[in-house]
Amino acid sequence: MQKLLKNQRLFNIVVPLFSILLGILVGAIIMLISGYDPVSGYEALFNGMFGSPKSIGEMIRAASPLILAGLAVGFAFKTGLFNIGVEGQLLVGWLAAVYVGYTLDLPAIIHVPVSILAAAIAGGIWGMIPGFLKARFKVHEVIVTIMLNYIALYSTADIIKRYLYAGNEKSFPIKESASLASTFLADMTEGSRLHWGIVVAILVAIIMWFILEKTTTGYELKAVGYNQHASMYAGMNVQKNIVLSMTISGAFAGIAGSMDALGTFQNMTVMSAFTGTGFDGIAVALLGSNNPFGIILAALLFGGLTTAAPQMNFNANVPQELVDVIIALIIFFVAASYLIRYILTRFSKEGK
Amino acid sequence: MSFLDILSIIIPAALYTAAPLIFTALGAVFSEKSGVIGLGVEGLMVFGAFSGVLTTLLLEGNMGEITPWLAILIAAIASGIFSLIYGVAVISLRADQTVTGVAINMLAVGLTLFLIKKIFNKGQTDFVDFRIDKVDFPVLSDIPVIGDIFFSGIPYTSYIAIAMAFVVWYIIYKTPFGLRLRSVGEHPAAADTMGINVNRTRYIAVILSGVFAGVGGAVYALSISGNFTGHTIAGQGFLAIAAMIFGKWHPVGAMAAALFFGFAQSLGITGAQIPFLQDIPSVFLIMAPYILTILALTGFVGRAEAPKASGVPYIKGTR
Repeated sequence: MQKLLKNQRLFNIVVPLFSILLGILVGAIIMLISGYDPVSGYEALFNGMFGSPKSIGEMIRAASPLILAGLAVGFAFKTGLFNIGVEGQLLVGWLAAVYVGYTLDLPAIIHVPVSILAAAIAGGIWGMIPGFLKARFKVHEVIVTIMLNYIALYSTADIIKRYLYAGNEKSFPIKESASLASTFLADMTEGSRLHWGIVVAILVAIIMWFILEKTTTGYELKAVGYNQHASMYAGMNVQKNIVLSMTISGAFAGIAGSMDALGTFQNMTVMSAFTGTGFDGIAVALLGSNNPFGIILAALLFGGLTTAAPQMNFNANVPQELVDVIIALIIFFVAASYLIRYILTRFSKEGK
Repeated sequence: MSFLDILSIIIPAALYTAAPLIFTALGAVFSEKSGVIGLGVEGLMVFGAFSGVLTTLLLEGNMGEITPWLAILIAAIASGIFSLIYGVAVISLRADQTVTGVAINMLAVGLTLFLIKKIFNKGQTDFVDFRIDKVDFPVLSDIPVIGDIFFSGIPYTSYIAIAMAFVVWYIIYKTPFGLRLRSVGEHPAAADTMGINVNRTRYIAVILSGVFAGVGGAVYALSISGNFTGHTIAGQGFLAIAAMIFGKWHPVGAMAAALFFGFAQSLGITGAQIPFLQDIPSVFLIMAPYILTILALTGFVGRAEAPKASGVPYIKGTR
């Protein structure tokens, strides 16, 4: 056990697993205290995730934007930046994808990539702003991104109402040629809303891995994250790397928005509150230890939990908000990994 | 419409919307001055709003008009206790403060909605019968001109909030406790050497931020929304943080910024009645606080600097 604790890589796996376990445990305690049966609650939740091809399809559908949101947060984390603005970047990406998907007339093979690209560019610009302000004026990115979230929320709603309004609080739908929806995938999963977005999400995960592990740029980004002063001394342009990292992170978040635009909803609603995907992305990135592969797994877990929550409500009568509590608790325990480290060292000492 | 008529519409509306922001921003000031990032105030506000509405609904049948005031007190205590979760994580367990702040916000919304569903069997509470009403201040509202602008149709909580800003200023800048609080936030190691218990001071600061944010949430729920849903608070806490930064981490500055943000928020509603503002789309007025905060941080509106040790857990013996 002592050896295990010294091994950082193993610890990166132990902490998330332990956090999930603790989250589920505390969730069970909350159910017990409030008079619900935890066993039937979790049974219904599990069935809601894996019970039928449709539920698995829905889980993967919900995971696609979460993967991308997680990658966005994780990528910035690698450069030592906290992008809490994924939510806003996702919204502007969503709007850009809907706009391009609605106005342009192109064959599908070009229309889909162009729409996704538009989302990436919009998100990238929205992410570049805090990156630039951080690099140029040393303004903390957390506050700027939170403020930009609200600006994105109100301005996208206003733009839809002004220029893209189809009535009933919705924008015009995108054209068929820009759609990621697939009858093949829907039939395979017996009527879920699964679309090709998951392929895009996995591709982006591979791109992130490639940039970070196989390119000089990626090496520089990580170096700046570890130690700005050393990187500067080694001749790297710290400011350029900060802007670049936030821009790429924002682009990922923008693509997450295109999942909803081109896949799940095919339009955009006039939002009065945040989607929550951006904040869940923080949870996903943390649980996945900022590793692309870990992020995919974590997104599947959270996507599954979110889509299964209504079923838990329906079958076991447990309010679906319990899932939000469990997700929050999991982040909480990952953040307080000192606790887990402490518990593990205690146990290993007693074991001797 | 004369200029004075316009003022008597705008100013009471601004004071009315600003009260919850002022309380919460003061809470964030306490927390940040001690070196603990105040991102969790949004969640603490949610918890305060929930406790406030719940208490009012339970007690108003017997206690009548006094209930909302009692409810604010109970919300303060409840949120103070709830903030301990945040305190334990970021102070004792050295968790990342930003991440834990996000977790607390999610936890508060999830947990309160869970409890609402459990207690009321639906996604929102009933409306409370007794609110904190807008009142005409006795005597002062009879003063010509000024009475209409500053003392008519405003709830007492707005005056209390403004007074509290000066109380908090006194505590932070004129008392020994305030000096300790600030020293812990600027240079914890030096404070420790002088015999100040860093972690205990930070715990007190976090609990105070919970108490103030709880009051802010309860005031919002009991004077503005009248009930509690998952969307009741929706960003008021973050707006309060923006006010704190815009006010440069100073209680009175934060209060002034919160008043300004309240003014901007209320313009979104009252703007339609006012001649020269009718032409500006309300979305710009709603976005104004957020844009101004970014400008303030960038230095266009005077540079704002955070306490130096903000966001860093204190571990004895490290440099």
